[in-house]
Amino acid sequence: MLRRTFGKAALAASVAPIAAPALAQGGPVEVQFWHGLPQPLGGQLEAIVQAFNESQQRFRVVPSFRGSYPETMVAAIAAFRAGTAPHIVQMFEVGTGTMMAAGRAIKPLHELLSETGVQINFDDYLPAVRGYYSLADGRMMGMPFNSSTAIMFYNKDMFRRAGLNPDQGPRTWAEVRQFAQRIRAAGIEVPSTTAWPTWTQVEQFSALHNTPLATLDNGFGGLNAELRVNNPLMVRHINTLMEMGREGTFRWGGRDAAGDAIFASGQAAMTFASSGARSRFERELPGGVQNLGAAMLPFYDDVNGAPLNSIIGGAAFWAMNRGPNATRSADENRAIAEFYRFISQPQVAARWHTETGFLPVTRTAFEQVRATGFYTQNPGADIPIQQLLRGGGQMTGNTRGIRLGGFVEIRTIMQEEMERALQGQQTAQAAMDNSVQRGNVVLRNFERANRG
Amino acid sequence: MQKKVIFKGWVLPVALLLPQLVITGVFFFWPAGQAVYQSFLREDAFGLSSQFVGFENFADVLTDPTWLDAAGRTVLFSSAVAGLALAVALFLAVQADKHIRGADTYKTLLIWPYAVAPAVAAVLWLFMFHPNIGLFGRMLNGLGIPWDYKLNGGQAMLLVILASAWKQVSYNFIFFLAGLQSIPKSVLEAAAIDGARPMRRFWTVVFPLLTPTAFFLLVVNLVYAFFDTFGVIHSLTQGGPGKATETLIYRVYTDGVMNLNLGSSAAQSVILMILVIALTVVQFRYIERKVHY
Repeated sequence: MLRRTFGKAALAASVAPIAAPALAQGGPVEVQFWHGLPQPLGGQLEAIVQAFNESQQRFRVVPSFRGSYPETMVAAIAAFRAGTAPHIVQMFEVGTGTMMAAGRAIKPLHELLSETGVQINFDDYLPAVRGYYSLADGRMMGMPFNSSTAIMFYNKDMFRRAGLNPDQGPRTWAEVRQFAQRIRAAGIEVPSTTAWPTWTQVEQFSALHNTPLATLDNGFGGLNAELRVNNPLMVRHINTLMEMGREGTFRWGGRDAAGDAIFASGQAAMTFASSGARSRFERELPGGVQNLGAAMLPFYDDVNGAPLNSIIGGAAFWAMNRGPNATRSADENRAIAEFYRFISQPQVAARWHTETGFLPVTRTAFEQVRATGFYTQNPGADIPIQQLLRGGGQMTGNTRGIRLGGFVEIRTIMQEEMERALQGQQTAQAAMDNSVQRGNVVLRNFERANRG
Repeated sequence: MQKKVIFKGWVLPVALLLPQLVITGVFFFWPAGQAVYQSFLREDAFGLSSQFVGFENFADVLTDPTWLDAAGRTVLFSSAVAGLALAVALFLAVQADKHIRGADTYKTLLIWPYAVAPAVAAVLWLFMFHPNIGLFGRMLNGLGIPWDYKLNGGQAMLLVILASAWKQVSYNFIFFLAGLQSIPKSVLEAAAIDGARPMRRFWTVVFPLLTPTAFFLLVVNLVYAFFDTFGVIHSLTQGGPGKATETLIYRVYTDGVMNLNLGSSAAQSVILMILVIALTVVQFRYIERKVHY
């Protein structure tokens, strides 16, 4: 009996692999797509994939959620090493440096498009978005999709309780501190906090003030860039945060996106977060949309030339080869390219933007959304775009973005050093000096591993 | 009086050994061999270019002050977890061994936490001690005790030690209880008749008879604290704040999985492997002899 069941199972197992390709020949070309967006964003993304699948018969994109952005990155890399990489992976902006240097692990976007003959008009993309994912000569490497930038969110109700104007967020850091002190005096325990501490307080901060985060245009100029975050302005800002921490007007919300929860639950009055967090805040914040205020990131008004544009974050799509010794078929590449063309349409970008708070990545999408009167109905929804264009849209080497290898690790290092500073274990200067020293080791290792 | 079975030929003995050999080979020697091999290489994340660097990864790890800090922290963490888990379990087992009403229910309830997965246990503790949303976290802050384990390294360490030890108490409890129940009543009665009070009876009679159990549990608990507390640390603190709760095993994960520095991560694994082999040899060679059976 046992033997017979076993025999059947073995038979079934041996037939299955033969049956699968036979089935695929008749059906649509399947493309695996791994993404790192939790709910509700993940569902909204999958709805767009669904719309693509329904728009035609030849190709089918199969989305699957692989955990947070860093987890998705790690999963895709491990899968590549095992020869089972997904066709498309959503990679957050911090992984851009790693993907750019990934050689034959990825299929560069410009190659993919020229081989398949699919046309996408990248001139229509916002320069900050396009520049982030292209080579120095302008050839595109990754497909921009859910780009965001950091902005400030605040709780209007708490502003009212502190006697502040709920329609006006703070403009400068001096105002942030002043507001926070009044909010604190009104008995609110967490006047301010932040999500993505290094992104909002170090990376965006540097761009806003036209200060280099690293040499060689923040790494755009080559792999031998060095960190510069121990500059006097950065140290001054960390000091501000430390002082605010001591007087109880700033609360460290934890690493990465952890700070979002404190604001969403209605405990913090102000936070710095991804513009893509809007969707979550509208749903979860007590008082909902009416209670949610948004403002541009604050700056120090005594710094010459500040503020310039903020930089983008969020994620892009990268086409990957299956494994170290395997490439994709022409059909698979075609499927990827067609999917990209679908998501580049203004109406898709516009839908994604209005539903989630991510940026409208193309000008046409932005104009379309503006024409519908969305921004007059949703005050503050255009703040991320305005902020990206602050300073006249003239990007400098310090505001184009960041392209450093091993940047996930460098972020962790900076967060660790900031935590130690905020605990009072070291000065702001020491925190930033240590970040530079430890971060440069990572950069040198990356340079060495990717040169050979 | 040695029994010797003699097989004809070598096919049957090898066949009998084969399953065990295959399992050991596939699940132990192969991955371990991979780790040793990786530890001599320096690779990019995608494994497209690799370079033999000899012992450079080891040298880098052993001269890295943050790694040495993590090593010291691991010793502290492991001894605290093992000590706490053993002490609490022993106390509870002694209490449960008494004739009390509802002893069975009491015992069952104490065993429950063992069925909770480390990550789930961590989430439970998170909901209790989160400074903003946790019940006790808010209570402590309300009482004027500034509790914020996300920023206070000492508090974070305390929390992961408590959560990790709590998980292990049930396991220790079962073994201690079994150990206590196997102690002959006659020995205890004899001691009582000789006029030994309960505390004295415990330390001179019960405890020495429990040492084999305690020794076994010590080894198990240390290994647990070293290797199985990853889930707790990952869910509660991710090694932070700063590096306050980063143990060696967590470090292997961060460097290998998050930072994709496989050479360094493999070198650290190999060092851990050597440490564990040495620890086991020392324990079974020398300490076990002193244990009273």
